[in-house]
Amino acid sequence: MVTMRIRRTLTNIVNYFGLLPFLLFALFPFYWMILCSIKTNIELYNPRMNPFLINLKPTVEHYVYLFQKTNFPLWFFNTFLVCTVATVFSVTLSVLAGYALARLRFRGANVLGIGIFVTYLIPPTLLFLPLAKVMGSFRLSDTLWSLIITYPSFMIPFSTWMLTAFFRTIPKEIEECALIDGCTRLQAIRKVILPLALPGIVTVTLFSFLQGWQDVIYSVAFISSSQHKTLTIGVLQELIRGDVYYWGSLMGGALIGSIPVILIFVFLLDYYIAGLTAGAVKQ
Amino acid sequence: MRRRLSREERTAYALVAPVVLYTASFVLYPLLLACYLGLTNATVANPGKFVGLENFVRILQMRSFRTTLYNTGLYFSVAVALKASLGLVLALLLHRITVFSRPIRAIILLPWVTPIAFTAIAWRWIFDPQYSCLNWALRSVGIINRNIAWLSFPSYARIAVIAVNIWRGLPFFALNILAGLKTIPQELYEAAKVDGAGAWTQFTRITMPLIAPVFAMVVLFSTIMTISDFTIVYTLTKGGPMDSTHLLATLAYQTGLTAGFLGRGAAIALFLFPVLLIVVYLQLRIMRKRWSW
Repeated sequence: MVTMRIRRTLTNIVNYFGLLPFLLFALFPFYWMILCSIKTNIELYNPRMNPFLINLKPTVEHYVYLFQKTNFPLWFFNTFLVCTVATVFSVTLSVLAGYALARLRFRGANVLGIGIFVTYLIPPTLLFLPLAKVMGSFRLSDTLWSLIITYPSFMIPFSTWMLTAFFRTIPKEIEECALIDGCTRLQAIRKVILPLALPGIVTVTLFSFLQGWQDVIYSVAFISSSQHKTLTIGVLQELIRGDVYYWGSLMGGALIGSIPVILIFVFLLDYYIAGLTAGAVKQ
Repeated sequence: MRRRLSREERTAYALVAPVVLYTASFVLYPLLLACYLGLTNATVANPGKFVGLENFVRILQMRSFRTTLYNTGLYFSVAVALKASLGLVLALLLHRITVFSRPIRAIILLPWVTPIAFTAIAWRWIFDPQYSCLNWALRSVGIINRNIAWLSFPSYARIAVIAVNIWRGLPFFALNILAGLKTIPQELYEAAKVDGAGAWTQFTRITMPLIAPVFAMVVLFSTIMTISDFTIVYTLTKGGPMDSTHLLATLAYQTGLTAGFLGRGAAIALFLFPVLLIVVYLQLRIMRKRWSW
């Protein structure tokens, strides 16, 4: 009995030790970002000091530079605006379609379901060049609208797919009662189904928003002027000029850009994991 | 003969119409337009003329394109193989721990959650030859005695972009495989133990076969995402040095938008299409089996 317990403790220790390198690997770039964003330039460009530590007095000069000398606040606002509008649009459309696919019988429902899944697999890499052309012909190049109308192309397929699966888990009887009690279909959706589907809706809203926040390729392809840039390409393109790197500000910008995402993620971890593994284990 | 639509059907069509219309105009139409553009000599400013397969012939003759195909194959095969095997190890470890499992899973997921554009900038600075920590660490433990210019030599640059891709994609594999592991009923292992099966036998006879479908789904998803990757290369190397890290997406961007040869860029991106078709076919087959459509 005692040897059993010792063995179990030992396996536990081995497991945690096995996880350690993975945890360090995952965390290190974040540590590096924080560290470098508060080092003075004298320290950043001194090859003799231990780069893993802060050897001199920390500074906020890189953040001051970011907020006063660059369009960083504007890029942050642009990203926020574009992601919010595109997410609201996508989730609204997806709720309607997801409900129909889960609940109503109509010809073509199967084909549509498969079609939406297939659209989910089409990467933006295949679409950004023709979309750039389309934006050009509608005179939308270099506007935030170009992003607002294209982001749903990667938000809608996932959201519809997830919500369809989610609506299926809600018992049909609940809604039939509402219909018998005199609700119209839309009233039944609004008053009975939506509150029950809230966890699913939160999940897809979160995912859509985060996916929009990550976008690089559409922004790179459509946006050219500094005041219309999103956070990702603003930081990538404007803080690296030729061979001059503002490493301190780059790290600061990357960190601030990541923080909203990490916050959302920490608060909604369980929803996040549910969404992440939705494709894999739905039975 | 025209059938009258039932009330239910009319509601259904009204509800799905917005999604169908949107997808048709912003996914399906661009996809067809990409195929068409690939057959023209369009530039950013000029609609161009139909030139048949000329773009495809041209790009196959381009050395940079052939290098890109090679890079893409290498990037995909090494990254996916390592993500799959490390992901499996990580999932098994995560499955076994009980204390702190929530915060540990959260930390493991961070690279996947955080926008890769930002974290790849941190990596780019990590790979800096003179002032950065990677060379400093390797020097202090005596593995190297001169600084390596990670992003300036083809083979090192390839290692670097693949490493960042693995860092980024590992959580996706691990967490999905973990979700698969959790669906395996514990009784199977107990029964196997009673029958005298050891840990290895349990792993190969119970664990592996039961997570195989999840595993396959994850590999297929990752294949598409890895092959069509843009951001890591765009951030770390812009395709250099000497095209050694170009992937289809970055070369298509450079050719189609930076240089302005839209038609040729579209043709380059279209090389993703066969891969996409194969993945879609396999995905649907797996799903049909599991969900019995």
